[in-house]
Amino acid sequence: MGIVLSDKKEMEHMSLLSDITAIAGGFGVTLRHMLRRPVTIQYPEEKRTPYPRFRARIVLTRDPDGGERCVACYLCSAACPVDCISMQSAEQEDGRRYAAWFRINFSRCIFCGLCAEACPTMAIQMTPDYEICKRDIMDLLYEKEDLLIDGCGKDDSYNFYRHAGIGVTQLRGEGLEETKPVDVRSLMP
Amino acid sequence: MTTSSVDIALFATKIGLIFFVILTLAAYLVFAERRILAWVQDRKGPNRVGPFGLLQPLADLIKLLTKEDFLPAAADKWLFYLAPAMAAIPAIMIFAVIPFGAPLNVAGHTVPLVVADLNIGLLFFLALSSIAVYGVAIGGWASNSKYALLGGIRGLAQLISYELSMGLSLVPIVMLARSFSLTDIVNAQAGVPFIVYQPLAFIIFLISITAECKRIPFDLPEAEGELVAGFHTEYSGMRFGLFFVGEYINIIVLGGLATTLFLGGWHGPLLPPVVWFSLKTLSFAFFFIWMRGTLPRLRYDQLMHLGWKVLTPLALLNILITAWWLMLRT
Repeated sequence: MGIVLSDKKEMEHMSLLSDITAIAGGFGVTLRHMLRRPVTIQYPEEKRTPYPRFRARIVLTRDPDGGERCVACYLCSAACPVDCISMQSAEQEDGRRYAAWFRINFSRCIFCGLCAEACPTMAIQMTPDYEICKRDIMDLLYEKEDLLIDGCGKDDSYNFYRHAGIGVTQLRGEGLEETKPVDVRSLMP
Repeated sequence: MTTSSVDIALFATKIGLIFFVILTLAAYLVFAERRILAWVQDRKGPNRVGPFGLLQPLADLIKLLTKEDFLPAAADKWLFYLAPAMAAIPAIMIFAVIPFGAPLNVAGHTVPLVVADLNIGLLFFLALSSIAVYGVAIGGWASNSKYALLGGIRGLAQLISYELSMGLSLVPIVMLARSFSLTDIVNAQAGVPFIVYQPLAFIIFLISITAECKRIPFDLPEAEGELVAGFHTEYSGMRFGLFFVGEYINIIVLGGLATTLFLGGWHGPLLPPVVWFSLKTLSFAFFFIWMRGTLPRLRYDQLMHLGWKVLTPLALLNILITAWWLMLRT
């Protein structure tokens, strides 16, 4: 009974003229789109240029002096939601920390960029290079030497040890935002 | 009437040529449909195999032929094997009665460009188009699958809704041409095509043949959104291909029939008759593809409603008006 009622309602709303114009309008829309240029990008031949902040292959950058920025603090590996970053920290003789080995499993990586956000030294960064396909899944395990690049990446003047890491690569008070240490004894009344 | 060997040879060539052209055209219609639908959706469509993707039908054929020929458990084996042929063969047989060009003169022999000029050509078409739906119904039944069975049932329900209005919409044509022979009907349209006298019948016929070749918006028997693939859900490889190609042969044949009955068949100025016939037929094919890109699928009951409550009364009214008009004229 309910079906019959709704059918009657449909009949009341049915107006032949508006129906026909609506259908003709639909045909017009499809015809217009038929004549429009397709939006397809013929991928292997044509490639879209990604934006500079496009999140794809992860790299480890160096500071302007050529030293490794990574201080093996494990923040990226802690931030990673899929646990694809692993490393082993080590310390140089001057007390500067570095990663003895550093590994990103790109078969797991979801390119969320949380590692790059977490990095305090701007060592780990995302690049727009999205074409990382391999025949063998083990080839997607990138070791430190695969990840490390020669340049500074997005910020070419930042050097972590100029701002922090007090007493490791320079004396106390030599950093950019630092003032010389005060001899507390000189403040005596 | 004596049949010489030249006549027989000409006849065989004609049939061979028709088979070749129709089957090739059906294969390329699949390609054309994919390209045109792609354009509607701002895509490019298949363009990788050969220049402009023109070898795509060949690639599809190789793929279909090399696929596994699958028979579902507990399927009715012989009916399952028979159904695709039952869908495709009647479709191509209808073309036998369609005149596709003016009679030719080859080496002193007059060759009518129609396989069989039956004096009941129109009835032959109506009979065969009803047989074609058996392929759908039997295929759906023999698959032993719920989706396929529902598709088959819908095919039959659809048949009884559109077949009546289709037959009735053709009665005024017969009244105007005073013949069931399609050749006579074409000749009767030498001056003015029947679409001018019978626009309503043309629209009813167009809607009915859309349902006949199971095209959107009347593709209820296969309705991929609801029934996976409807009656051919369980078919694979070339058996599916036969259903598929049968559908496209149907489009060509019904387009050709609509051309013959309403658009004056092969009559037309300047261009040769065969070209006129092909152009008109292919424009119907284009219209079907265009419609597929535009309209959504109707509901089961909406089709029945349209067929029984709208099209059939309109067709009857049209017959009445035509009869009245013809009576007044004489």
